[in-house]
Formats: sequence, structure tokens, C-alpha cells
Amino acid sequence: MTDLTKLTIADARDALRKGDVTSAELTQACLTAIDAADALNAFVHKTPEVAKSQAEAADARLKAGDTPDLCGIPLGIKDLFCTKGVPSQAASGILAGFKPEYESTVTSQLFDAGAVMLGKLNMDEFAMGSSNETSVYGDAVNPWKVDDRKLTPGGSSGGSAAAVAADLCLGATGTDTGGSIRQPAAFTGITGIKPTYGRVSRWGVVAFASSLDQAGPMTKTVRDSAIMLRAMSGFDPKDSTSANIPVPDFEAALTGDIRGKVIGIPKEYRMDGMPAEIAKLWEDGTAMLRDAGADIRDISLPHTKYALPAYYVIAPAEASSNLARYDGVRFGHRAKLDKGDGITEMYEKTRAEGFGAEVQRRVMVGTYVLSAGFYDAYYNRARKVRALIKRDFDEVFAAGVDAILTPATPSAAFGLGEMADADPIKMYLNDVFTVTVNLAGLPGIAVPTGTDASGLPLGLQLIGRPWEEGDLLNVAYSLERAAGFVAKPTHWW
Amino acid sequence: MAIDTDTARRVAKLARIKVEDAALPALAQEFSAILGFIEQLNEVDVDGIEPMTSVTPQRLYRREDVVTDGNQQAAVLANAPDAREGFFAVPKVVE
Repeated sequence: MTDLTKLTIADARDALRKGDVTSAELTQACLTAIDAADALNAFVHKTPEVAKSQAEAADARLKAGDTPDLCGIPLGIKDLFCTKGVPSQAASGILAGFKPEYESTVTSQLFDAGAVMLGKLNMDEFAMGSSNETSVYGDAVNPWKVDDRKLTPGGSSGGSAAAVAADLCLGATGTDTGGSIRQPAAFTGITGIKPTYGRVSRWGVVAFASSLDQAGPMTKTVRDSAIMLRAMSGFDPKDSTSANIPVPDFEAALTGDIRGKVIGIPKEYRMDGMPAEIAKLWEDGTAMLRDAGADIRDISLPHTKYALPAYYVIAPAEASSNLARYDGVRFGHRAKLDKGDGITEMYEKTRAEGFGAEVQRRVMVGTYVLSAGFYDAYYNRARKVRALIKRDFDEVFAAGVDAILTPATPSAAFGLGEMADADPIKMYLNDVFTVTVNLAGLPGIAVPTGTDASGLPLGLQLIGRPWEEGDLLNVAYSLERAAGFVAKPTHWW
Repeated sequence: MAIDTDTARRVAKLARIKVEDAALPALAQEFSAILGFIEQLNEVDVDGIEPMTSVTPQRLYRREDVVTDGNQQAAVLANAPDAREGFFAVPKVVE
């Protein structure tokens, strides 16, 4: 069997069960591909020893007939997940040298299911960014390329997206606070789902904005997302916001039959100045779902335009609190102190040296909106607007809408460095279609459905009812089949 | 709302991030741009709306109030930049 790295998780699972391939072979193929792909800067901590020993254990399990879906499947893990004894830095200088003494719940569950960890993946520092340009490891690079420029894989899960799109691993973990799974998935022509808030444990995942953060899979197909999401999900007593409800077999929901499903098309997502090719992609996707028997309905989500400003109060506020723990005392970097420096100087110098510019900016904005005299004007007002944004969705779902179709991003991938001089808000606009979903705690999935004029992938987003990821994945599966997106980046790295 | 350099300095102090004086004007300008963007929220009528605390209307999970973990001093201190005699070490706090 050639090109083992190009297998989907579903196909690899079947081949492993039949004995057509071993996890050791599959893992070695991925490790070889990773070593040849340093130009993408996707894997930032390679763990070949861990991978080989996990693959060996998986092969023994497979031989014994114990074959969970992910048994023997090689995956990449975003650097945001704490992995025992393996560097876990959230792509930040402030966590330089940090090796957790514990394993995140998500990676524990994946490993219990027999998955193999190939290494840790690049990302924006503390998941704050939309282009993977705020990473202490340097930029991750999109395997897609149409001219001399190097393109962003998106962010914050840029390394995960690049690794999956370039066939360096069969799937990867991502996390999504404002669009950090869905935007990079769209920029690289892969699938990524952010589940309902509370579906996947946040324990052991470095916190950015705790009321918004959710982990999810980034994969080559919708079926693979269904398989991987099931393994990542479930109640965890160590996360107080984890939901104690059963996890269904999401893959079993993929019938492809969406006849009679009501799909909402929100008029507020038709932004001023939307590029014609994004508008066309959206219309084409709508037509595909209609042709598959769905009932298309125009809907209104009136508070959509206030989602980004509300997010840029709430997320920095929570970040300023969460990132207070990086003080140079318990883990990571501590600044070299001058004679006479006290503990305050230690904090201030450590945080100035350890945090990059975007993280410092957001921590300070968060500090400001929570400070005395401004708490009501900014933070409480944003939380009220958030309640209204969620109410918009509640009303639409109560009126019978099963899923909502929108573009995933306002454009295709842009060049690395192209936004360097832009004002930060321009970068924030990347999340304009995705951030509402985090604020409302809903599941959202990005599916590649076409390309722009230059040949770069573009994706659509489907938003589902809370806890109904199975239904959402089935609509996504139908869209995936109708779109028939099979393009792959040309190998240049 | 325009943020002046004094406010930028105060915020940096509150956040415990050292910012050189020369960098404060640019920082103040960035804050002003971001806060200007956020001020759109003032257009929304939020009368009678409760600020959201949780997206899922669930009571936080509770458990018995018993010790579930412990005796891990070495693991707790393993990543400390400076640990001595079983403690985290920091510069002198009390004169």
C-alpha cells in the first residue's frame, strides 16, 4: 500500500482491522512525511519515540481483536493540550521549557482509544490570532500555494490545519474560541468541527477564554470528524462546565439523508462588500442542500453585527484573568532580575519578556474593561449583548430551523506578513462568521466546498442546535458529498 | 473613547506587564482603536437583559467535599523556575 499518509481515518481504521497495514507502518509513513515538511513549520515538537511505542501497543491491541475506532491512528496534537512529559507551550515564550506532569482529558481519551501522537502542532500564541503569525515558533505555512507568496494556514489552529491538509497526519486536535478550528480548516480545504460548549472537556487545555473555549477535531472528511469527535467527547468531573449527557455514535448519524431538514440562511451574514466568489460559494452550497431535499428558509439573526465587538470584550477579559497565572513562579519563564528588583519587577519583566505583542495587547484590553469604573460599561454590557445573540439563535431553532448555512471566512487564505501593518481589528474580522457560534455555545462545522479564482480552497459553515452534533454532521456530510471537493495542495515543501 | 498615555501606563501596571515609556503612546493608540470598535455595543438596547454567565442553563457539577488528590509535592514543583526545600522561591517580599 502506497501513500499511507493520504488515508482517511475511516479507511485506515478498516485497513488496520483487516490487517492490511500495521499502525507501525502507518506511523512511520507519517513520521517520514513530517521530517520532510519542516518548511511548513507545522510540527513544533516531534515525538517519534512516543509515537513508535504507542503504535506498537496499538498493533498488539489490534492483534488481540481490541479495535476501538482510533486504535493505531496517528494524530497531531495542538500545542495547547498538556501532554505529560512533552513540551506544551501554547506557542508562548512564557511557557518555555514547560513539561506537564499530567495529561489533558482529551489526549488521555484519545490515547486510551489507541491513538498515536506524532508530535505537537504550531498555533497562535495562547490561541490568540487568526493567521498563526503570533507563535513563538514562527509562522506555520499553508501547504496551498498559488504563486511565490507563502500563505497563512489561518489560526489559531494553523499547525493542525497545515498538517492535516499536507497529509502529515491522519487527523489533528484543534481548539476554537472564536473560529480557531473553522477558519483554518476553511483556509486549508479540510473539515473542522467545534462542538457544543461542554461537549469536550477543557481540563488540561491551556485556557484562553474559558466560557468560549472548546476543543474539536480537524480532519480530511466529515466522517473522520464524526469518528474523532466521539473519542474526544464526554463528561469529565474535572471540568465543572463539562456536560453530563451521553455521547452518541456520531458516525452512525451519517445517512446523507437530509430530506425535509430546514436550513436557515441568515440575511445578516451577507456583509457589505462581501467578495463575489464568497457570495457565489454560499449560493452554490444553498442550492446543493436544496437539491438534496432540504427546505431552505431565509432567517434573521439581528444582533450578528455586535458579535465581534462583544467577543473583543469578553475574550480579553477572560484571558486577562486566565493568564494572570503566568507570573514566573510556578512554571515556565522567569526574567533575569537586576539587583534590588522585588517581586513586582519579577512579574512585570517576566510577563513583558514572555508574552508576545498580541497577547500583551489582549491581556491589557481585558484588564481595562474589567477595571473599576468600566466593568459595567464594557464587560457587563458585552455579556448582555451576548445573551441577545444567543436569544437570536434560540428563536430561530424554536421556529423549526435544523441548521444554519453561512460562509466560513470572508476570504481565502492571505499571504503571511500581508496584515503586519494593518490595524488589529482588520485581523479580527476574519472571525466575523464564526464568533457568534462561540458566544452562543453552539456546534459549528467548516466544510470545504469550492475554490476561489486562483484555486485556493474556500469553505462553508454549518451551525447546529446545541447537543445535536450528529444531525449537524449529517447535513455537513450531505454538503460534502454534493460539493465533491477533492482538490489537494501540490507538494512543494 | 481616546486612551491617553497615563491610562495606558496604569493599565500596563495593573496587568503587571512592563512597558517602556517610549512604547506607551503607540499602545494608547491601539487601545483607542480597539475600544472605539467595542463602543458599537452602545447602540444595542440591553434594558432588562441579564448579563450571560453560562451558555448552558446547567447547575455547575458538584461532588462530595472530600480530598481526591494530593501528596504530589515533587510534581507540583517540577516546573518551577526556582524551587528550594519544597517551596517555590521568589525575591524577598517582606523587608
